[in-house]
Amino acid sequence: MLRVNKLSKSFGDKKVLDQISFEVEKGDIAIITGPSGVGKTTLIRCLSSLETYDSGTIDISERRSEKEHPVGLVFQSFNLFPHLSSLENITFPLIKAKGMNNEDARKKALELMESLGLTGLEGSYPFQLSGGQKQRVAIARALAMDPEYLCFDEPTSALDSKLRDSVGEILREIAKKGTGVIVITHDREFAEKYSTKLYALGSELDRVK
Amino acid sequence: MDYLLSMAPLMLQGLRTTLWLFFLTALGSIPLGMLVCILRLSKYTPLQRAMQLYILLMRGTPLLLQLIFIFFGLPIIGIVINRESAALIAFILNYAAYFAEIFRGGILSIDQGQYEASTVLGLSKIQTFFGIILPQVVKRVLPPGGNELITLVKDTSLAYILGLGDVLRASRTLTNQQASLIPLFLAGAIYLVLVSAVTFGLKKAETKFEYYR
Repeated sequence: MLRVNKLSKSFGDKKVLDQISFEVEKGDIAIITGPSGVGKTTLIRCLSSLETYDSGTIDISERRSEKEHPVGLVFQSFNLFPHLSSLENITFPLIKAKGMNNEDARKKALELMESLGLTGLEGSYPFQLSGGQKQRVAIARALAMDPEYLCFDEPTSALDSKLRDSVGEILREIAKKGTGVIVITHDREFAEKYSTKLYALGSELDRVK
Repeated sequence: MDYLLSMAPLMLQGLRTTLWLFFLTALGSIPLGMLVCILRLSKYTPLQRAMQLYILLMRGTPLLLQLIFIFFGLPIIGIVINRESAALIAFILNYAAYFAEIFRGGILSIDQGQYEASTVLGLSKIQTFFGIILPQVVKRVLPPGGNELITLVKDTSLAYILGLGDVLRASRTLTNQQASLIPLFLAGAIYLVLVSAVTFGLKKAETKFEYYR
């Protein structure tokens, strides 16, 4: 279980997160909605250790050591590595950060790419991919690290309505395999449809569903 | 033809000097520039300041003055260096400052998202720098770095001040001996050929990086 307890964060005088608490279990799709500027992105950045916070705690029961941080993040702009092919985007962190050998990394990456419908695009570079394809490479790259929880920053922002549903289905697949999914979005319709837990972030966080 | 051949020994000797000064300066100043750049970008303020001062001194005073200072000035405080080493040291120190700023521009132009993605994926700082950032920086600094190398080809002629016989000095000697302008044209042609070769090499290198955008 990932438990956020009374998390607070300010940038200078501006209080961005004020005593936010919620819980996500593996298999959940927790979606947090809210208008721009209420700290959704800050929250997700705290969860994925890109941002420090002032007070409160983030407890992850699956964490086996202090060093380990089992929360992945799929960025809104994907942040693929432009000089690496789709396949290398996935294998590079596996080989370097996880110490996997080339052959195993390649096998794992190919399996993930296949499951996300990316077969045939292994050698393509990010600039050659469509927005939806880039997103799926970014998802494959994040999943390859075997995160216990995976965060998505505005996953529908770059997509048309048809692709929105395909991302929703991908989220369901990921959750079904036992990963906890945490999404922030301002897309209420998408949030209602695909969430198992729905929160609205304003000055505080309210459970909607 | 005989006339041109009579100039060959001196010009070839000059070409040798120009070439070694060019290659050794490039070989020394590019890695040193990268080091200065990394120290300049460090979070440790005294290091940052020291590098800023170094860059200011090197870019803010003429290379000619730096050459004179190292060869003629340092012996006064007991440091004596031969001409070749003095020229090389001055050139490397000077060009490293320019390369450092070019590299800094390249590194700062890389999107913050590349660092964040690397962090989230568990890559160390060293892995991120060498695997993700540096390859992208190389592509971006090729055009300004190439500019610098082309300037270096021609700047080697400043070594005449230390009495090194480079192409320009050789051609001036010949001009005086023969009361002819032809050696000067010949020198110009040699620089043009050298710069063309460097330009060709740079173009090749840029093509190598065209596989991604």
